[in-house]
Amino acid sequence: MLFDDTSTSAMSAQGSYYTPGYNVAGPPTDARGGVNNLFSDPMANAAVMYGSSLANQGKDMVNKEISRFMSVNKLKYFFAVDTRYVLKKLMILMFPYTHQDWEVRYHRDTPLTPRQDVNAPDLYIPTMAFITYILLAGTALGIQKRFSPEVLGLCASTALAWVLIEVLVMLLTLYLLTVHSDLSAFDLVAYSGYKYVGMIFSVLCGLLFGSDGYFAALAWSSCALMFFIVRSLKMKILTSLASDSISTGSGARPQVRMYITVAAAIFQPLIIYWLTSHLVR
Amino acid sequence: MAFTLYSLIQTAILCTNAIAVLHEERFLSKIGSGVDQGVTGFGDDPGIKSQVLNLIRSVRTIMRVPLIIVNSVSIVLLLLFG
Repeated sequence: MLFDDTSTSAMSAQGSYYTPGYNVAGPPTDARGGVNNLFSDPMANAAVMYGSSLANQGKDMVNKEISRFMSVNKLKYFFAVDTRYVLKKLMILMFPYTHQDWEVRYHRDTPLTPRQDVNAPDLYIPTMAFITYILLAGTALGIQKRFSPEVLGLCASTALAWVLIEVLVMLLTLYLLTVHSDLSAFDLVAYSGYKYVGMIFSVLCGLLFGSDGYFAALAWSSCALMFFIVRSLKMKILTSLASDSISTGSGARPQVRMYITVAAAIFQPLIIYWLTSHLVR
Repeated sequence: MAFTLYSLIQTAILCTNAIAVLHEERFLSKIGSGVDQGVTGFGDDPGIKSQVLNLIRSVRTIMRVPLIIVNSVSIVLLLLFG
């Protein structure tokens, strides 16, 4: 059908199309006919359709390969946020002392998306906070005239490496001490990325108010973040998933789990100080 | 502490090599793993030592072939580019 209509006009246009188009009188009429030719020339049409089918095949193959390594649905769960959730979560991160209910609500065995439950971890805030932190680090170094483009890359990879180390250490600890929790790797990345909000706050106060402002903001955000981490992880680690275990308890004793939670909380202000102190002199 | 990508890759390769090099007979039996006494507790609390030994054994099994490839590639690259 696509080829039938245009055969006659394609024949007539092809005549002028294949003449050597070096003469000056030729091109204007060629151009007007050429634009129509792109969709009426059967060879170009076939090429376009072949290319688009090839692109579709490539896209399917890439999707299949990626979904073998990490499930895209699980990742989509973490990015299903809306504005109200982000605002409430940021407020909780900075001032968690008035938040009452820390339980992650479930809906028939699947956790609710962040849109419906303010306690659910998400990956949107950590990602945005990470990028903002890198930009802010560049700004801070530029104000002190210590900026060069390599510093940005170095800062980004250092921060990413620390996140990776922390997530790996947490996973290793949870595995070795047989703590059966439903914390997946993405959950740990999310909880580990919440410290970037505190880092941004500290660096901003350090830039605006000098060294005193930096230490005051560091103290405030450290306490808030420690409280947040302890309350959030307590729900996930300390409640044992005792659906099929016998009375001898599943896995580690509660003291060990408390140690893990507190150690994770103590680690946060240390790493905040380590990653931001060189930005604020 | 500045982490470049190369130093991260180097750290990962060295750590995995270190775990894969632990020899079963000469070393791990002395510590008390052994191939025959690995599965003692079927209960729900395996204990940290058997978890560590499990981890070592599984790392050795999975990463043997990729480690050969990665080590050869890094040796060639280091010889070529210093």
